[in-house]
Amino acid sequence: MMNDSLYLDEARDPLIIAEGWMKDGKDVAIATVVETWGSAPRPVGSHLVIDADGNFHGSVSGGCVEGAVVSEAIDVIGSGKARMLEFGVADETAWQVGLSCGGRIKVYVERLG
Amino acid sequence: MDPYALKTLNAERRARRAAILVTDLGDGRDRIVREGDQVAGDLGAAIAKAFRSGSSGSVEAEGRTFFLNVHLPQPRLVVIGAVHISQALAPMARIAGYPLEIIDPRTAFATPDRFPGVALHAEWPEDVLKHQPLDNYTALAAVTHDPKIDDFALKAALDANCFYVGALGSRKTHAKRVERLLALGATADQIARIHAPIGLDIGAASPAEIAVAVLAQTIYAFRSRGLDAKGAVA
Repeated sequence: MMNDSLYLDEARDPLIIAEGWMKDGKDVAIATVVETWGSAPRPVGSHLVIDADGNFHGSVSGGCVEGAVVSEAIDVIGSGKARMLEFGVADETAWQVGLSCGGRIKVYVERLG
Repeated sequence: MDPYALKTLNAERRARRAAILVTDLGDGRDRIVREGDQVAGDLGAAIAKAFRSGSSGSVEAEGRTFFLNVHLPQPRLVVIGAVHISQALAPMARIAGYPLEIIDPRTAFATPDRFPGVALHAEWPEDVLKHQPLDNYTALAAVTHDPKIDDFALKAALDANCFYVGALGSRKTHAKRVERLLALGATADQIARIHAPIGLDIGAASPAEIAVAVLAQTIYAFRSRGLDAKGAVA
């Protein structure tokens, strides 16, 4: 369940930060956990927001796959085409990075605007 | 994501109103649905369920896949009365995920010593609620037994449509309270929403057991929002 805190912690809230970046004229991508299987560090609905310089706020895992999501997000900002990423336990499959906890997550990455 | 959707979503979240961002994962189009907005068909049913559960996830509807990202304000509990029941309720509510605040103008009761680490207001409800108004994602439990302290807060909770309103006291005590609330301008329908005697009927005897009953009733009221026209459960 995604509960917004009593009064939003605006300095750390990814969606508030993304809106601020947009107002500053930055290009922004938003990554969202849309599915999890097994043990996953961040619940469905969690966000990582990324700007074109690779600055980011929020999280979609416990720090295991953020690096990969950031580089994909920079591509998405360039192309404007949303991507669905899937991460599983660290192995030789699709991605070099993985979740040490043994879970799997699906992350939707889209450009803002 | 549509910039307008993001702005709208953040505005709703800042105002402590529930909203769902609905994204079509096929074409990436999205929109904001507010609680109470009418959405037809299977998607509408899934949205209504998501507002109640607070759970985000994907749904298949109309041959498409939609992702529902549910943003509910943090539900919270305001307790009128820094009494023995509240001392047990404060840590329990925190563990259950319902941040709690206590209001009691009696400075002998509302002391940090009796309530370590709890948000305490040793002031009249009239003064506190002016600055921190109640809302639909707030529960209010009035447990002082003192009409001078409880009544204003109860009326304010009914007017703000708090998802839960409970008042300590026997049926006889409550009958007198109903008369006073009617005199304050509350309607019979509003008054019917008050849970009195307070708490789920689990035969609670001690102050701590009453706290369990109040917390359980609060959770039940929160999780069954919108299932009953009057919002009255148990």
